[in-house]
Amino acid sequence: MALFRRRKTPSDTSKNRSENSKQEEEEEKEEEEIEDDKKKKIPPKGKIWRQKKKKSKWSCLDTCCWLVGCICTIWWFLLFMYNAMPASFPQYVTEAITGPMPDPPGVKLRKEGLRAKHPVVFVPGIVTGGLELWEGHQCAEGLFRKRLWGGTFGEVYKRPLCWVEHMSLDNETGLDPSGVRVRPVTGLVAADYFAPGYFVWAVLIANLARIGYEEKTMYMAAYDWRLAFQNTEVRDQTLSRIKSNIELMVTTNGGKKAVIIPHSMGVLYFLHFMKWVEAPAPMGGGGGPDWCSKHIKAVMNIGGPFLGVPKAVSGLFSAEAKDIAVARAIAPGFLDNDLFRLQTLQHVMKMTRTWDSTMSMIPKGGDTIWGGLDWSPEEGFRPSTKRQKNNDTQFTRENKAHDLVSESKTIKYGRIISFGKDVAEAHSSEIERTDFKGAIKGFNVANTTCRDVWTEYHDMGIEGIRAVADYKVYTAGSVVDLLQFVAPKMMARGSAHFSYGIADNLEDPKYNHYKYWSNPLETKLPNAPDMEIFSLYGVGIPTERAYVYKLSPSSECYIPFQIDTSVNGEDEDSCLTDGVYAVEGDETVPVLSAGFMCAKGWRGKTRFNPSGIRTYVREYDHSPPANLLEGRGTQSGAHVDIMGNFALIEDVIRVAAGARGEDLGGDQVFSDIFKWSEKIDLPL
Amino acid sequence: MAWVLRFRKLCYVEPVECSSVGFQSFDQSQNSGKKDDAVGSKVEESVLETKQKQKTKQSKKQAKDWSCIDYCCWTIGYICTTWWLLLLLFHCFTTTLPGFQVPESPGARLRREGLAALHPVVLVPGIVTGGLELWEGRSCADGLFRKRLWGGSFTEIFKRPLCWLEHLSLDNETGLDPPGIRVRAVPGLVAADYFAPGYFVWAVLIENLAKIGYEGKNLHMAAYDWRLSFQNTEIRDHALSRLKSKIELMYVTNGYKKVVVVPHSMGVIYFLHFMKWVESPPPIGGGGGAGWCAKHIKAVMNIGPAFLGVPKAVSNIFSAEGKDIAYVRAMAPGVFDSEILGLQTFEHVMRVLRTWDSTVSLLPKGGDTIWGNLDWSPEEGHSCNLAKKKNEQPTSCDINSFNHSDRAKAFHVREPEKYGRMISFGKETSQLPSPQLPTLNLEELLGMGTSASFNSCGEVLTEYDKLSRESIRKIAENKAYTAKTLFDLLRFVAPKTMQRAEAHFSHGIADNLDDPKYANYKYWSNPLETKLPNAPDMEIYCLYGVGMPTERSYVYKLSSSDKCKSIPFRIDSSADGEAGNCLKNGVYFVDGDESVPVISAGFMCAKGWRGRTRFNPSGIATYIREYRHKPPASLLEGRGLESGAHVDIMGNVALIEDVLLVAAGATGAEIGSDKIYSDIMRMSEKINLRL
Repeated sequence: MALFRRRKTPSDTSKNRSENSKQEEEEEKEEEEIEDDKKKKIPPKGKIWRQKKKKSKWSCLDTCCWLVGCICTIWWFLLFMYNAMPASFPQYVTEAITGPMPDPPGVKLRKEGLRAKHPVVFVPGIVTGGLELWEGHQCAEGLFRKRLWGGTFGEVYKRPLCWVEHMSLDNETGLDPSGVRVRPVTGLVAADYFAPGYFVWAVLIANLARIGYEEKTMYMAAYDWRLAFQNTEVRDQTLSRIKSNIELMVTTNGGKKAVIIPHSMGVLYFLHFMKWVEAPAPMGGGGGPDWCSKHIKAVMNIGGPFLGVPKAVSGLFSAEAKDIAVARAIAPGFLDNDLFRLQTLQHVMKMTRTWDSTMSMIPKGGDTIWGGLDWSPEEGFRPSTKRQKNNDTQFTRENKAHDLVSESKTIKYGRIISFGKDVAEAHSSEIERTDFKGAIKGFNVANTTCRDVWTEYHDMGIEGIRAVADYKVYTAGSVVDLLQFVAPKMMARGSAHFSYGIADNLEDPKYNHYKYWSNPLETKLPNAPDMEIFSLYGVGIPTERAYVYKLSPSSECYIPFQIDTSVNGEDEDSCLTDGVYAVEGDETVPVLSAGFMCAKGWRGKTRFNPSGIRTYVREYDHSPPANLLEGRGTQSGAHVDIMGNFALIEDVIRVAAGARGEDLGGDQVFSDIFKWSEKIDLPL
Repeated sequence: MAWVLRFRKLCYVEPVECSSVGFQSFDQSQNSGKKDDAVGSKVEESVLETKQKQKTKQSKKQAKDWSCIDYCCWTIGYICTTWWLLLLLFHCFTTTLPGFQVPESPGARLRREGLAALHPVVLVPGIVTGGLELWEGRSCADGLFRKRLWGGSFTEIFKRPLCWLEHLSLDNETGLDPPGIRVRAVPGLVAADYFAPGYFVWAVLIENLAKIGYEGKNLHMAAYDWRLSFQNTEIRDHALSRLKSKIELMYVTNGYKKVVVVPHSMGVIYFLHFMKWVESPPPIGGGGGAGWCAKHIKAVMNIGPAFLGVPKAVSNIFSAEGKDIAYVRAMAPGVFDSEILGLQTFEHVMRVLRTWDSTVSLLPKGGDTIWGNLDWSPEEGHSCNLAKKKNEQPTSCDINSFNHSDRAKAFHVREPEKYGRMISFGKETSQLPSPQLPTLNLEELLGMGTSASFNSCGEVLTEYDKLSRESIRKIAENKAYTAKTLFDLLRFVAPKTMQRAEAHFSHGIADNLDDPKYANYKYWSNPLETKLPNAPDMEIYCLYGVGMPTERSYVYKLSSSDKCKSIPFRIDSSADGEAGNCLKNGVYFVDGDESVPVISAGFMCAKGWRGRTRFNPSGIATYIREYRHKPPASLLEGRGLESGAHVDIMGNVALIEDVLLVAAGATGAEIGSDKIYSDIMRMSEKINLRL
C-alpha cells in the first residue's frame, strides 16, 4: 500500500486531498457527534486519517487474520469456560435430563459395608493393551517409550508404513524382528483406557477403588498380546512376573487369595498360566501342584472365548470382519483403492498374520462343538426371539424357540465358511466338493508387482485359489485345514503354540506340552477344589458365527477372497446380513464359546475338571444406552462395553470383597446356553 | 511478509503531519521517476476512483465495524498465524538444521562399542521427583481419580489450591493418610521419568539404557510415596516388600545376574534403609536373611547422595523457605507476604511440609562432628570463586592440593566463614568468634509453655501459633545454632513434627554399632548408625556434581510483621558478604551440586566406608565419581550435557556413561576408580570420626 501511495501524481493527490477534505468535513461532523457522545480520546483529525488508511488496508490477509483471531479467541473463551465449569456440571445436566442416575456400584456397595479383601488381578485381552516402542528403525525416531498401540494412534496417520513395520513380528520366529523392540505398557495404565475416552478397565478400577482397592491390591497383568502365550514368557518373562506378583500380593495381604479377572483373550492366557505355573521348570513355572489352590480364590472370566471365535477365522482368512464387510458394502472400492497405493487390507493382513496370538482364537473342538455340515448346536436360533426373551421367563422362551424351529428353515451355522449363499443353504448331499489339499500351488510370476505387500496368497497361485473355492463349505474342523493350506507358514508357527482339538485321553503325556495349555478341551483344570470359575458375558447382540465368501474379482493384487456383502436373508428377522450369519452373543464371542465350558464342560466333576471346581454362568442381557449422554451405557452386553456394566461390576466387587458364587445367586442365564450345551455330544 | 505487515501497522498510527510531509517528499521524488509512473498512473487512477467510491459508501459503516474488538482479533490472529508458521518450520527443519545436530548419545555410542544389557537395573527416585496420584479424596477433588496431584502439569494447584494442599498433606499425628484421602505413588517408569512435561528426571538415563538393550523386564523404577517416612512406605503400601520381590524376580529371570541399583537424592538413604530392612527378620524387616544383599546386588550407584543430610532441609522445616525464596523476597519484598489476597502461601506450605516425615530424614546427620561447631567446620577455607577458578585450571589431585595451599595463604587475611553455625540470627552473629556469643539452654525454653494469644489468625495453623512471643525472642537471642543444637531448636519450634518423625529417623553417630538398639528401623537410614550389609563383592559409588554454590548455613532474622504472621523467622536476605565472600542473600554457600554439599555426598565414600571400617565391616569397595558442572553452552542444549546440578546431572553424559558401563558389567576399577575435583578428601580428613 505504501508503494501505491508513492505513485500518485501531484494532481491526483491534490484531487485526492480536496475530495478527502470534503469527506473529512462530512466525517468530522459525524465524528464529532459520535465523540460528543462518547468522550474525546483521540484528536479527530488523526482518527480520520487512520480510518482512511484502514479502509485501504482492509485486505484479504487482514480478513484472514481477523478470522483466525476471532476463532482463536472464541475457542479460548470456550475452553476457559469449560475449565472453569465445576466438575459435577455434566453429571448435573445428565441427571436433569434423564432423571437421577443410580449410584455407581462401588459407592453403593461401600455403603453396604463392603471393603477390599482379596487382591485383584486383571488380565487384559487382545488389542486392548497398550504397546510402546523401546527400540526402532530410523523412521520411528523420537517415539521412544511412546505408545504405538493404544492412546491416540497418531502415528498410524503420520507414518503408516513405519507403524505397520514396527507392529509386525518376525515371520519365522513370531518374536521381535531385528532392530525393533515393541513392549507392552505396564501397570494399570496399560489397559484402563484404550484410546482417550474409550474405557476398558477404567470403570471397574474406579469402582474397586471406592471400596478401598489401590495399587498394592490391584495388578494389571499386561502382556504383549501379539505373541503366542509361551513366547511372552520366553521373551519378556511375563508369566514369571505374574506369578511373582500374585505371590507377593497374597503374602502382603495376609494370605488372602487373589481374584483373577481376565477379559477376552486374557481368559485363554490365564488358562495357559494356570497350567504353566504348576508345570515343572524349565517349561513351566515350577510352582508345584497346589499353587493355584493356594493363591487363587476365583477366576472371573469376562467375555471369555474359551472355544475360540469365528471372527478370528475371517480375520485370518481375509483380514476382514463384519465391520470391514459393511464398510465395503457402503463404499465399494474404497478399501481396495489402488490409486493411492494404499492396499490397506493387504498391509493389515500382513501385519496381523505375524501375530501368533490371533491363532489362539480359531474355533476349538471342531465339528463336535461348532457343528457339522448339517448340524449345529445353535440351529433354530432366530434373532427376533431375543426381544421376546427380555420379558418372558425362561420356560416360555424355550417353548417359543421350539415353535420357531419347526417353522423356519434351520440355518446351518456349522458351515463357518461357505462360498456362495446357495451353498450355505443347500443340503449337504447337494454340494459337490473337490478336495483342495491335493491342489498344486502354482507360482504366479506375473504378480511380482505387488510383492511389496507380501501375503502368503501370492504363493498360492490361481490354481490353489480355485481349489479353495471349489471345496465350497468349511466346518470348524476343516477351517483349520483351510488355513493351513492358505497360510502354511503362519499355521506352522501357530500350531507349535496352539492346538484346536479335543483330547481323547487327558492322561496322555503329550498333553504336558505347552501348546495344549490354552485349550480347555485338552487340559485338566488345576487341582483346586476351593477355587471358583465364573463365566460372565453379555447376551442379546447378534454375533458373527458363519460367513458367505466369494472370490474377489481382481485376484491378482488383492486378497483373493472376500465376504460376499451382497448376500442378505429374505426377511428382516433373518440371521444373514451382509454375508455374515449371526447368532446370540456379545458381538464378538458367541454364547456357545463363552458359556459352554462353565455350563457343561467343567460343570461338576468331569474329566476336564477332575477336582470339581465350581463353575457359574452369569449372563448380562444387553440393553443399549437410553440416550447419548449415557455414553456406552451402564447395562451394555457388548464385548468391551460390558466392562462398564453395573451388574457385572457389582458381581466382581462382591466376589473381590469375599462373596462366593452362591452368594451372588448362582447362575444367571438369559440365553439358551444350557439347551445348546446339551446338544453337544462330548464325553465328559 | 511480516515486515510488510509491521510497516503497515506503523502506518496506522502515523500522525497527520508526518504523512503530509511524506506526501510532499513523494511529490518531489515523483518528478524524477515520471517514466515509471506514466504506465502505472492510469491504472492507479481507475483503482483510486473505485476506491473513492467504495470509501464514500463504506466509510460510515466501516468506521463502526473496525472497532477495538476487531483490532484485538486481528492482532491475535496475526500472532497465532505467525506462531503456527514458525512451529511448522521448526518441525520441518529441526532435524536438518546444521546447528541442531545433537551429539550422539552415550547409549548409542556404547552400543556400537559392543555394550549390551547385562545386569538388571533398579532406579530409586528421590524426594519430590516422583509423581503422586489420587485414589480417594474429598468432594472438592471430584474427577481427579487417578490423576496426578504431584508431577505433571500441576494444574490443580491453580484451580483449587486449598483442596490440593489438603490432599497432599498427611495426618499430623500418624504421618499416614488423613481419613478419607488416599494419595499414592504413581508406579512404573512413568513415575519419575519426567517431573513436569519437558523437565526430565530419569528419562534421559532410561533412554540411554534402552539403547543398549534395557526394557521393562530388566529395568525397574522403585517408586514410593516420598512423603512418608521410609518404614511407613512398607506399612502402608508394602513398597519395600514390592521392591524386594521385584529384585528377586529380576535376578532370577535375567539368568541370575545381580542387580545394579541407581538411587538418586533421598532415594539413596531410602535404599540404605532397604538394605537393612531386607536382611532384618520379620515382622519389622523383610526376612531376606544375612546374605540377601550379597546375593542380589552388584553395585549401588548413588547419584547426588544426601547421605548426611542437606542444610536446605533445615531452612525448609524451620521457615519453609530456601535460597530461591529468600532471593525472590529480596527482589520483590511483600509479594509472598501480601495479606490482601489472604494468601498466606508460606504458612500453608509449611503446614503441609511439616506433615511429611521424609523431610526430616534429610536433616544434617552426625552433628558437630561432621558439620562443624561454632568455630570450626570441615569446609572452612572454601573459596566461593572456587568454581570459576577451577574451571580455568587443569585438574588432577596434585594441582588440587597445590591450589588449596595457595588458597589457605590467601585466607589468612580474612576470617574463614563459620559454616558450622547452621542458623545464626544476624550477620554479625555468623561471623563473631564463639566466646562472644550468648548461650542459652534450650531446655529452659521448653519449660516456658505456650500462650494462646495468637488465635486471631488461626485459620492456617502452624505450630508457630502455639509459641509465645517470649520464646520466639529467646530463640533469636540464642544467636547461633550448630548441626547439633539445631535439633533442640527444631524440637522446640515444631514439637509434633519432630516427635513423629524422630520415631522414624535418627541423626546421631553410633558409639557402639553392636548395641542391640541399632536393630530398630529408625537408625537404618543413617549411615553413621548402621553397618553396611555383609557383601564384600558389592560396590558403592558416590556420583555427584561439584562446582555449584550450595546452601550450607543461613542468616536469619525475626520477621518484622506482627502477630498475624505465623512464621516468625525468615532468612535475612539483606545479609550479603563482601566480594569473594560466600554469603549471599543471607545464605552461606559451599561447593556442591546446588542441593547437596560435597561433604554430605562424598564423605561416606571418601572416608566413612573407605576400606574396612566399623561402618563397613565387610570392606565393600567405594568409589567417588565427581562431575564438574559446566553450564549449557547454548540455549539449544536445554539443561546441559555436562551439568552438575542436583537433578540436571541425570542428563550428564559422563555420568550416564558410567552407569551404563557398570550396568553392562564393568567394575569400579574398570571405569577409572575415583574421579575427584573438589576438596572432599581434605575435608574428610579434617573430620574426626572414629572408624
